[in-house]
Amino acid sequence: MKTRNTLLTAGAIALFACLLWLADAKLGGYAMRILNLSAIYIVLSLSLNLVNGFTGLFSLGCAGFMAVGAYVSALLSMSPEVKEMNFFLEPLAPWLQNLTLPFALALVAGGLCAALAGLIVGIPVLRLRDDYLAIATLGFAEIIRVVITNLQSLTNGAQGLKNIPKYSTTWTVWGVAALTVAFMALLTRSSYGRELKAVRDDEIAAEAMGINVFRVKVTSFTISSFLAGVGGALLGHMITTIDPKMFTFMLTFNILLIVVLGGNGSITGSVIASIAVTVLMEAMRFLDEPLNLLFIKTEGMPGLRMVVFSAMLMAVVIFRQRGLMGDRELTWDGLAKAGLLPRKKKGARE
Amino acid sequence: MDLATFLQQLANAASLGSLYSLIAIGYTMVYGILRLINFAHGDIFMLGAYFAFYLVAAAVMPWWVAFIVAIGLTSLFGIGLERLAYRPLRDSPRISLMISAIGASFLIENLGVVIFGGRPKSFASIPLFDTVVNVGPISVLSVSLFIPVFAAAALVVLLFVVNRTKTGMAMRAVSTDIEAARLMAIDVNRIISYTFGIGSALAALGGIMWTMKYPQLNPLMGIMPGLKCFIAAVIGGIGNIGGAVLGGFLLGFIEIMVAAFLPALTGYRDAFSFILLILVLLLKPSGLLGQKQTVKV
Repeated sequence: MKTRNTLLTAGAIALFACLLWLADAKLGGYAMRILNLSAIYIVLSLSLNLVNGFTGLFSLGCAGFMAVGAYVSALLSMSPEVKEMNFFLEPLAPWLQNLTLPFALALVAGGLCAALAGLIVGIPVLRLRDDYLAIATLGFAEIIRVVITNLQSLTNGAQGLKNIPKYSTTWTVWGVAALTVAFMALLTRSSYGRELKAVRDDEIAAEAMGINVFRVKVTSFTISSFLAGVGGALLGHMITTIDPKMFTFMLTFNILLIVVLGGNGSITGSVIASIAVTVLMEAMRFLDEPLNLLFIKTEGMPGLRMVVFSAMLMAVVIFRQRGLMGDRELTWDGLAKAGLLPRKKKGARE
Repeated sequence: MDLATFLQQLANAASLGSLYSLIAIGYTMVYGILRLINFAHGDIFMLGAYFAFYLVAAAVMPWWVAFIVAIGLTSLFGIGLERLAYRPLRDSPRISLMISAIGASFLIENLGVVIFGGRPKSFASIPLFDTVVNVGPISVLSVSLFIPVFAAAALVVLLFVVNRTKTGMAMRAVSTDIEAARLMAIDVNRIISYTFGIGSALAALGGIMWTMKYPQLNPLMGIMPGLKCFIAAVIGGIGNIGGAVLGGFLLGFIEIMVAAFLPALTGYRDAFSFILLILVLLLKPSGLLGQKQTVKV
């Protein structure tokens, strides 16, 4: 059974890569952009799911760590000329002006800086519980945003950064997304992952079993910040412009929506919801534009799309709290049980 | 810094502080009873202002009647919100309740954008509030003097209701122990509705006064004041009405005074409240006037 699963996984990855290659060749820029955006949302939603679903910490600080990652990676990978063009109000600090790193290094550096920020924020804040933690992380995200707006000589303030090199190609973003999924799958099955779930299910019992609860929380928060930073960096390199206004609570809300819809504590749920929500967000753009329903004509109503999404979030929380997948996963074994896979041998057991 | 400037800023700080207090009371009352951060409270504040705007613009009643009707409508809205978004989740984990509150907040904001339009609207000026008053060396808009008066009046009424009436006693009972209160034959759902009604009415009063002082309305205007007032409630000690007032004033004073006397830091203005929040949470998590709670295993 184990070899079957490995083979199936390898096959699925190969099939997906082929499809991706086909899509990259055939689909237009707009469709590819949506597809790539879903890959970035996979990274981001897994980052939030790690703290929210697996560790049971309600953090609303996503957007702040994304901002750190996006800015660090952008500043490290832009060429000196582009930097000069951007920083016309106040010159960039000289040591950064001439520093240009390859994309991979800049991306990792973005993630590491976000992780560092997560560590610094996490150590004091993770002593708090539940809603206090939520509001404190939200506060820190807001502080990060305000600081970025005001550090003119380092971040170009409210003007933001333009002409960031467009490194987020289809293969990069989906590669990072696949790595993240693999990492999360391995992490949650490891003994460390079990510690996380123990802390989530009952903190006091976990502590009694000798788990260092605080350390587990800080590690989980730091890893999550790293992933958020990488996701933010990828987003910056895809859109090619970033400014502090991008990283408001709104962004965290989108990611929270994905995690809740997909199921708190489910990796496959987050992956499916990331793709579904990103595609739906684009598909429902027509709601914001004038509608012509044969008899009823409405004027353009910007914001209607978000009304639908917020109503969806509330409906899921009220009527189906577990979201799409609950905390279960879509596995090969599960599929086989449901009769969706051809059975090799009758009675073959693991 | 001369005395006149200081007094001028003091008047500003007092009116901002009163506004913050009015909104913070709503947070603190709801948190006291449901242990829920009502994320939508800031949006209720926004709705109060919009209701007043449309009622005044319709010009079918004098402005003060319009204001009272707007406060009543907002209060009903708050009760409806609790019934639809929070009551079904009464027995769920607190995180679900909070996600529902966040969803409700975004829903109201975006409905606001759809219905009221995203373009800011400006309130017609009401002469009583819009005159400049000179008191010795300082000159302030009359509304800045009215705000603390209204806030104080609302506070007196509220404290009377909470401390002297049967409903108020029931509210205190529910916030101490919801199960025990139910056993004492208190209709918990009704008391929670009252709480939301009172909190929303105060938020509406705050919203209307806010637009008198800063006469611009937009559907997202509730977000920042909402967050700050929640912070004010935490600083004062959440669940404690006096604490919410203290926190509101503290926040108002710090914000105005720092902006006035340390202009270099003005850009960081919105971060102060969050820094203050984190300091309070770390040093005295129960807030300035809150009671320390021990967790029993």
